[in-house]
Amino acid sequence: MEQFPRRLLTIVTEAALERELLAEFDALGVRGYTISDARGKGGRGRRQSDWGPQGNIRIEIVCDPALAERVATQLRERYYDHYAMILFMQDVDVLRREKF
Amino acid sequence: MASVTPAGVSNTVAHLPGGSARHDMPTLDPVIWFFVLGLVAGVARADLRLPSAIYDFVSTLLLLAIGLKGGVELARDGGGLPLPELGGILLLGFLLPLPAYAAARGIGRLGRADAASLAAHYGSVSVGTYAVVIGYLATRGIAFEARAPVWVVLLEVPAIVAGILLARGLSGKLAWGRLLRELFLGRSVVLLLGGLAIGWVAGPEGTASIQPLFFDLFKGILALFLLEMGLIAAAQLPTLRRHGVFIVAFGLLAPVVFAVVGALLGRALGLSPGGVTVLATLAASASYIAAPAAIRTAVPEANPSLSLTASLAVTFPFNIIVGIPLYERLAAALAA
Repeated sequence: MEQFPRRLLTIVTEAALERELLAEFDALGVRGYTISDARGKGGRGRRQSDWGPQGNIRIEIVCDPALAERVATQLRERYYDHYAMILFMQDVDVLRREKF
Repeated sequence: MASVTPAGVSNTVAHLPGGSARHDMPTLDPVIWFFVLGLVAGVARADLRLPSAIYDFVSTLLLLAIGLKGGVELARDGGGLPLPELGGILLLGFLLPLPAYAAARGIGRLGRADAASLAAHYGSVSVGTYAVVIGYLATRGIAFEARAPVWVVLLEVPAIVAGILLARGLSGKLAWGRLLRELFLGRSVVLLLGGLAIGWVAGPEGTASIQPLFFDLFKGILALFLLEMGLIAAAQLPTLRRHGVFIVAFGLLAPVVFAVVGALLGRALGLSPGGVTVLATLAASASYIAAPAAIRTAVPEANPSLSLTASLAVTFPFNIIVGIPLYERLAAALAA
């Protein structure tokens, strides 16, 4: 079975940013993402997903390395200063090249 | 107050003939005890957490019930929204943030963004507080204007816009179109106005079939909502210590001052004493849903926990426990 290398970009951030980030992704050409509610603790305190204004989300994007880099750079420039946000990347393999 | 048991209160309130308890010691509405329960359970770190879906469901029911109730009453009595009332209440929403901002800057020594955020939260309104005041008035048999849900809608957005203007000025690259769209299509606006429209179109007979869920269960739903609010408020308490004395003082004084402003406006607009109580309570209440969400994206440099903590951990409990009975007396005194 042939496999193709891609990057998995994971972003954990404030739920308040969801709409804005989705608009950014569309503009950058991201073709798909997965969003889930998240809870945890970090530099800006404990974040619960129980309740709207203080909720946290985790966004996962699988795409080619260049796009992952562009998304990461843009998010760092625009959001790192004022928002609770972390971001990390991993190598993954996908089966359907045309999808990602 | 320590001698009043929850059971005792519920018995007294359930059998109260309308209006007779008005000048007794303010008896605590039983639903308030659910808030206290949530608060105590939260502080004690009890194993109690309602899933967010429950909160969403319960608050959706409350918003629809409030809108429906207003709509049905409007269908019964007719009457629209007088123009001076529309203008006066919109203006109230725009202007309340100004003294809040000045106090936060001058006395609290907060930065521009934080002060503007606080001003937006306190100028805007809390539907939860509104639900408690209409429950309070219903228990005492005090009538108020059927169009009151419209006041909530009118007061929610202007203060948030004013707060953003205070932080940003007129310049700045802000996507106002998207922001306003999100504000006007926010959950509370859509559900309140939607409920109001359905209640108005369907009228008293038409809504008879949904009456058990939305009207008969209102107090029970409110109790669940307040239990959750108690848990949420308790979660804010640790943050309160970090923000210091000003936030606590502001959270206690701003509602009282704003209630007086709201009551005077209500009186000037010729509202009934019940209506004056509602408007005073709305002016006193601080937003914890719409304002935090909008300010978070429009004024990113403001510390989100500062305003939210003041609103949730100080002002909301103050208003529902102490404030509302106080504002009702103020309205009665103004009417006398």
